[in-house]
Amino acid sequence: MLNAIRQIGRNSIRFFTKLGRSVLFLLKTLAGIPSVLRRPHLLIAQLLSVGVLSLLIIAVSGLFVGMVLALQGYNTLVGFGAEESLGVVVALSIVRELGPVVTALLFAGRAGSALTAEIGLMKATEQLSGMEMMAVDPMHRIIAPRFLAGFLSMPLLAAVFSAVGVYGGFFVGVGLLGVDDGAYWSQMQAAVDVNEDVLNGVIKSLVFGFVVTWIAVFEGYDAVPTSEGVSRATTRTVVHAALAVLGLDFVLTALMFGEV
Amino acid sequence: MTAPDTPDESETLIRIRGLRYARGAHMIFDGVDLDIPRGKVTAIMGPSGTGKTTLLRLIGGQLYPDAGSIQVDGKEVPALNRSQLYELRQRMGMLFQSGALLTDLNVYDNVAFPLREHTALPESMIRDLVLMKLHAVGLRGAIDLMPAELSGGMARRVALARAIALDPTMIMYDEPFTGQDPISKGALVQLIRLLNDALGLSSIVVSHDVAETAAISDYVYLISGGKVIGHGTPDIIRDSESEWIRQFMDGLPDGPVPFHYPAPDYADDLLRHGVASG
Repeated sequence: MLNAIRQIGRNSIRFFTKLGRSVLFLLKTLAGIPSVLRRPHLLIAQLLSVGVLSLLIIAVSGLFVGMVLALQGYNTLVGFGAEESLGVVVALSIVRELGPVVTALLFAGRAGSALTAEIGLMKATEQLSGMEMMAVDPMHRIIAPRFLAGFLSMPLLAAVFSAVGVYGGFFVGVGLLGVDDGAYWSQMQAAVDVNEDVLNGVIKSLVFGFVVTWIAVFEGYDAVPTSEGVSRATTRTVVHAALAVLGLDFVLTALMFGEV
Repeated sequence: MTAPDTPDESETLIRIRGLRYARGAHMIFDGVDLDIPRGKVTAIMGPSGTGKTTLLRLIGGQLYPDAGSIQVDGKEVPALNRSQLYELRQRMGMLFQSGALLTDLNVYDNVAFPLREHTALPESMIRDLVLMKLHAVGLRGAIDLMPAELSGGMARRVALARAIALDPTMIMYDEPFTGQDPISKGALVQLIRLLNDALGLSSIVVSHDVAETAAISDYVYLISGGKVIGHGTPDIIRDSESEWIRQFMDGLPDGPVPFHYPAPDYADDLLRHGVASG
């Protein structure tokens, strides 16, 4: 019993210590952003690696999610003779929820894990120490550009996901299941509100982008500089980022749409 | 051991007094005094795990001592703020054991890295400087190679070219000979001495390769058990009667540095195991 209490205490101290370290790390990262803006080539390189190279997986996933939504939605709506509302169902589901959330989960798996592994390996191979000894601050040169690139990429990737998803739904709903073309688009246009739905989706994806990239770069920088340490840090990035996204999604949804 | 009877203050680049540094319960340095003279090659030798690399990190301000003073060029390193420390580091070169080349940049960009970060020189001048530095280490022809395409020795020479890119006043070598074949080792030995003399540098070579290091150094410090156990010119060290120094210089497996890691009594250990498993 005493051991269990001791263990809980130890874990709590470890958790709060790490939380404190990560907040200090975030502040240093944010302090490095002006220097990134002065040298945009650093940001552009990271936008390519974090954002552009994630496009394919995001677009393909968006397409399949949209197609599945259309199939599932049609089967339900057709029972009520409301299959013309398929466009609304697909668009609202994707723009409000699935776009930001699934993009963030895929982003954590694809770009987040890569960021952690890259930074962790740079630490393990003394590249970060080497930079410090060359009087170059790794927070400005390595961390801040990656953080900013992740933060900016997420809403753009979520937008791509949503657009492709809506077209995936269109392909299945209109192309394969025979829903009326005009009804699909016009009902969507009438029901989806820019401020209520699209803007809230964008806010969600910005928050997810911030949190996922923060977790990814922090775990890389905080990794034990061994192969096992980097491997564990990469796993932690994916797990923690996924949990953070799902938890924050509930909180944000409650704040934006809920009557809680 | 007291501070060495080395040169006066103006000739001393690095002055360390009463340095104490512990990692957890393990005391790495317990009252170390060192003087690194200007313009010379100073070797810091000692068995593995004695904190030689830690000493370089303390000098470079990457670690903070628990007590004592570390002065570089008259500046108290642990007391410097970030911008003062970075200013000082621009005059320090460091060659890491792994080379620490940036793996996403080719040889040219690696050597150009500190120049681009700290100067506003036009690209044509940076190119000339990079070619000169790479020529000095014999790797001008490897300009387009990526770090993964370099052998261990070549990677260290590129790292050396990068370390001298900003024409530092001092350069620290962390185990430069470890894992090198005889040719690479010979090249590095020659380069360290040549660059020191040609560029008017002050060099600190941390190593446990006795022959190579003693051959190029002007002054040697031996560290073991958290203390300086001997210092002097390579000849003085070679002729020393000290039991510690003899064990290290002659490569004796047992002596003041024991062969066995501290452990309970062997017989007791075996018997206890027998009882437990029985």
